Amino acid sequence: MANIISDETIEYVGILAKLELSEDEKEQAKKDMGSMLDYIDKLNELDTSGVEPMSHVFPVHNVFREDVVVNGDIHEQMLANAPKEKDDSFMVPKTVE
Amino acid sequence: MGKQYETVIGLEVHVELATKTKIFCSCSTEFGGAPNSHTCPVCTGMPGSLPVLNKKVVEYAIGVGLATNCDITQYCKFDRKNYFYPDNPQNYQISQLYLPICRNGGVEIETADGGKKVIGIHEIHMEEDAGKLIHDEWEDCSLVDFNRSGVPLIEIVSEPDMRSADEVIAYLEKLRMIIQYLGASDCKLQEGSMRADVNLSVREVGAEAFGTRTEMKNLNSFKAIARAIEGERERQIDLIEEGKKVVQETRRWDDTKGMSYAMRSKEDAQDYRYFPEPDLVPIIISDEWIEEIRSRQPELRTEKLERYKKEYDIPQYDAEIITSHKKMADIFEATVEICKKPKEVSNWLMVETMRLLKEKDMEPDQLGFTPANLAKLIGLIDQGVINRTIGKEIFEKIFDEDIDPEVYVEDNGLKIESDDGALKGIIEGIVAANPQSVSDYKAGKKKAIGFLVGQTMKAMKGKADPGTVNKILTEILDAE
Repeated sequence: MANIISDETIEYVGILAKLELSEDEKEQAKKDMGSMLDYIDKLNELDTSGVEPMSHVFPVHNVFREDVVVNGDIHEQMLANAPKEKDDSFMVPKTVE
Repeated sequence: MGKQYETVIGLEVHVELATKTKIFCSCSTEFGGAPNSHTCPVCTGMPGSLPVLNKKVVEYAIGVGLATNCDITQYCKFDRKNYFYPDNPQNYQISQLYLPICRNGGVEIETADGGKKVIGIHEIHMEEDAGKLIHDEWEDCSLVDFNRSGVPLIEIVSEPDMRSADEVIAYLEKLRMIIQYLGASDCKLQEGSMRADVNLSVREVGAEAFGTRTEMKNLNSFKAIARAIEGERERQIDLIEEGKKVVQETRRWDDTKGMSYAMRSKEDAQDYRYFPEPDLVPIIISDEWIEEIRSRQPELRTEKLERYKKEYDIPQYDAEIITSHKKMADIFEATVEICKKPKEVSNWLMVETMRLLKEKDMEPDQLGFTPANLAKLIGLIDQGVINRTIGKEIFEKIFDEDIDPEVYVEDNGLKIESDDGALKGIIEGIVAANPQSVSDYKAGKKKAIGFLVGQTMKAMKGKADPGTVNKILTEILDAE
């Protein structure tokens, strides 16, 4: 395997993804990520000079909506998806910056 | 002698666009609805929902770009900015990093010494706003209202071209004026439809390199911005003088305490892992589309100013004051439309309105009276129904409560006493009661008549026309 994922990297990726991994899971994730990067490295074998970076897979552009209010008040349905609710709001653990 | 420092400031200004619907779904953007009453699967980040771009957002962004001398990016796309926060239900914000819609612009401001200076605009990009968090102390939790989630924003990123709080305020006022004139946003700092983050660093005068900058958030008035700039400048200079380093960080300004605090700890790495937004297709902006938007741009301030001078014969200075805020210009035009007396309308705006705004520490945006009531007031004075002094008192009522002056005059019996006989009787009484003033007048002290006019007005409780009183008085005195 050409790509070696360091302990620091896996730790950092875990923080960004909000995942807590056990030691065994970390080792497995390091292996998986390494082989994914190896696979992606194959692309570097291609000469892409002069090729525009692709931003979308379909040859479609300018898909717009007109500025007209269509949606009504469906807060009861929306709140049915909330793990917890209070005062017609989604209730989450206290978050203060 | 101590070292001299220069402050270097760049701004990131977020403006909520005045669209009826959100940027990626057909929910209303109306401010102040019941919690979560303007939400749908798209703006609450439900799995499987897909965004569709509001065309009006693109058009407003192009409009602001054209008015701020930007190049329009004709092949433009969205990117995904990843972060976790409960006000952001998708765990990413759809924004623009690589190909923002406008680039390389600038606006001209006037500096304190009366000179002109261009503040560069690095870019303007489109993005979505986040929801609102309310902290519930009672249950130790936070409550999320997603009504604001998905409200369209443009972020206007300036170059680090400003050197003082005055320049920052001048730049913000200029931006606000342009955007309000375009109708792209109401730009209310207090309500958060315009928000400014201040990037600030200091360096020794003459130094080439920039110092380390900090970003200051939570600034919701021009005064708070000015205080935060002064406070942060001093904090950074103190650090440097003590031989310490300025840390690059985001700080939150507490205006009541006059201090700022570091917002995020170091472990909370800012790594947004931007990538092209796969759920939205690219936008191609043709020359024709740009020209169509350009031709539809409403009249901006300079054009309005010239037109006021020409069409209404208003002096330069007055036209400048009235056009400096779109709200004032709107009131002016609507009132003139009704009463056809541009000079009178200009007068009420320039003198009484400006005085009351200053007295009450208000911004022109907060003006709440209707042009119809100002027009009625002007009509009442013009027809001699009330005099100017009473008119001013009534104007204060119009300013505060938007009362109908015709009804008010009727209800409070403020009409000028037009019955000359009754007025004459009162004046004769005043003359009889003030022999000293009468003999002063007879002895050639013509000014003594002023006192008698004053006494008459007082007896009439202001409901007389001073000109008429003066005339009748002169007749009586000269006849004796």
